[in-house]
Amino acid sequence: MLDSVIFLLASTLAAATPLLFAAVGEAVVEKTGVLNLSIEGMMAIGAATGFVVATLSGSYVQGFAMAAIASALLSAVFAGLVLTFLANQVAAGLAIGILGLGLSVLIGKEFEGTTIIPLQDLDLGTLSELPFIGPVLFSHDVMVYVGMATVIVCWWVLSHTRLGLIIRAVGESPSAAATIGYPVLLIRLLAIVFGGAMAGLGGAYLTLAYTPLWAEGLVAGRGWIVVALVVFGMWRPLRIAIGAYLFGAVSLLELFIQGQGYAIPSQLMSAMPYIITITVLAVISRNPRLIRLNHPASLGQTYNKSA
Amino acid sequence: MPYRLVARTEPSLRAQLLVPLAAILLTLLAGSLLFTLLGKNALDAFYAFFIEPLTTRYGIGEVLLKMGPLLLIAQGLAIGFRARVWNIGAEGQLLVGAIAAGALALHFESSDSVWLLPAMICAGTLAGAAWAGIAAWLRTSCNANEILVTFMLSSIALQLLYYLVSGPLRDPMGMSFPQSALFGDAAMFAPLMDNTRVNTSLLLALIASLVAWIFVQRSMPGFKLLVGGQAPEAARYAGFAQKRAVWIGLLIGGAAAGMAGVGEVAGPLGLLQRSISPGYGFAAIIVAFLGGLHPIGIVFAAFFMALIYVGGDMSLVSVGLPNSSTTIFQGMLLVFYLACFLFAHHRLQRIEIKR
Repeated sequence: MLDSVIFLLASTLAAATPLLFAAVGEAVVEKTGVLNLSIEGMMAIGAATGFVVATLSGSYVQGFAMAAIASALLSAVFAGLVLTFLANQVAAGLAIGILGLGLSVLIGKEFEGTTIIPLQDLDLGTLSELPFIGPVLFSHDVMVYVGMATVIVCWWVLSHTRLGLIIRAVGESPSAAATIGYPVLLIRLLAIVFGGAMAGLGGAYLTLAYTPLWAEGLVAGRGWIVVALVVFGMWRPLRIAIGAYLFGAVSLLELFIQGQGYAIPSQLMSAMPYIITITVLAVISRNPRLIRLNHPASLGQTYNKSA
Repeated sequence: MPYRLVARTEPSLRAQLLVPLAAILLTLLAGSLLFTLLGKNALDAFYAFFIEPLTTRYGIGEVLLKMGPLLLIAQGLAIGFRARVWNIGAEGQLLVGAIAAGALALHFESSDSVWLLPAMICAGTLAGAAWAGIAAWLRTSCNANEILVTFMLSSIALQLLYYLVSGPLRDPMGMSFPQSALFGDAAMFAPLMDNTRVNTSLLLALIASLVAWIFVQRSMPGFKLLVGGQAPEAARYAGFAQKRAVWIGLLIGGAAAGMAGVGEVAGPLGLLQRSISPGYGFAAIIVAFLGGLHPIGIVFAAFFMALIYVGGDMSLVSVGLPNSSTTIFQGMLLVFYLACFLFAHHRLQRIEIKR
């Protein structure tokens, strides 16, 4: 029993890492007042690009880097649509999401169904050998820790720095921020590209460490759960991280429950993350004051500089 | 910059017609670039994609077959979209409609009643509306974002379908394939054209388009819906309820998608199986936008999107284009449409530089 608990907790960190990267990136984007719904497509691009580059070059560093760049480029197209062409953010997010899914299949076409040696776990010496804590916390690949560090950096920047203050000002009232002299469009562009790169890293983690293979449709709805996680976390990186780890655990319950010998239809287990997301979303959204206090005021609204 | 963007005082009709055409043209240009990069002859690829399907009776039939569900779903979605109610889960509403109709057809397998098909249409339509109604209820009572809820519900609907076709509704004689028994003849739409797979469900889509046109352009409820979604403050002042807009927008979208699901299982499929729709529910979102959220525009957009589907299938065989071409084309279409749409509401004005 203890072994399976250790296994479950350790796997939770790995399962949550793709969500963590993408959700923290999206939180920064939404803090500037932009809703980017294309996470699913951007994660898919990152997953395919990372896998192909790492397979061809043999370098995980190059794989992750190119994944981040590819998704950032796609998110730049999104930025162009919503910032320059004043497109509706929901529609633009759907468009880029569909485009990303299609392009990911094209990128990974020659590699469909192939596998790769997963990213190796770090050797942390005696730390990894500690009882219980060692296998749970200190026996992971480097990206699990990079993910945690990203959360902490984003939290620090958003809540304790001048840059964070500017980001929040842009998200609360872009016209007021522009009046003070902040470059609203530039800040939103940078946030969107950052969010894209993070979604790319999350996607690449799926194919280079978590699964580790490339197959069409491998992101499997995670991009949408990420958008929900940002709401659960009330746009705060640390809370989002907690949500991501909880979801990582939920996604593993299927294995755990089957291991215990309960006969539950596998389809119900596959639907469980979505059922839980809807339930949590409904419960959290019920409290209008909580949402209003944390929700960036200009989220989803088109900002027209000349108007 | 010698030019600047100026908002039009009223949207230009000419610009609104030119926007989708420009989006299609840009998609074709970007597509030819993509095909050339893939080492294909762009002209051959285009012929296979956009012309070849229309050269044979069978091809035209296939385009019309795929146009039916796209048209039906997009008309329903557009009514919601005009009111800023974002139902992106039509795929799931379609599946639930198909399941409800299929369950009825399987229960009355040996029936030859003329009422079976109408009953299936009603069951499917109601089931689709009910599935979307969950999202409407969660939005109006809990303020839960309908974009996320409708998407998640479509993933749940897919798992429900998987469960049913591999369990309760599986064909007992079917060698444990995950599919149901074949429906009886009374549960099927009649063919519409000889030597094609087009059936009378296309007429349902055309009638729905007419109803949508009357509802949107000519009725007070349609107008209230538009105002309720786009200007909640003004709507409240005028006594129109925003909650009602959410309910109506989602229920109509769900009903149309559910009906489209009936058209699939009681049309080309004739049974329940794991794959029922090649993403019609998602493609219909693009159709609704490309048609300018206007009932007449959507008819043309649905035809074009159906052509992309059939062209994608055909060019896969004849030119060896990747099977993701259809998805990429769909994405590019919406991207270019949204970019061009700026010019429906804005115009470029030359700025005189005084020396």
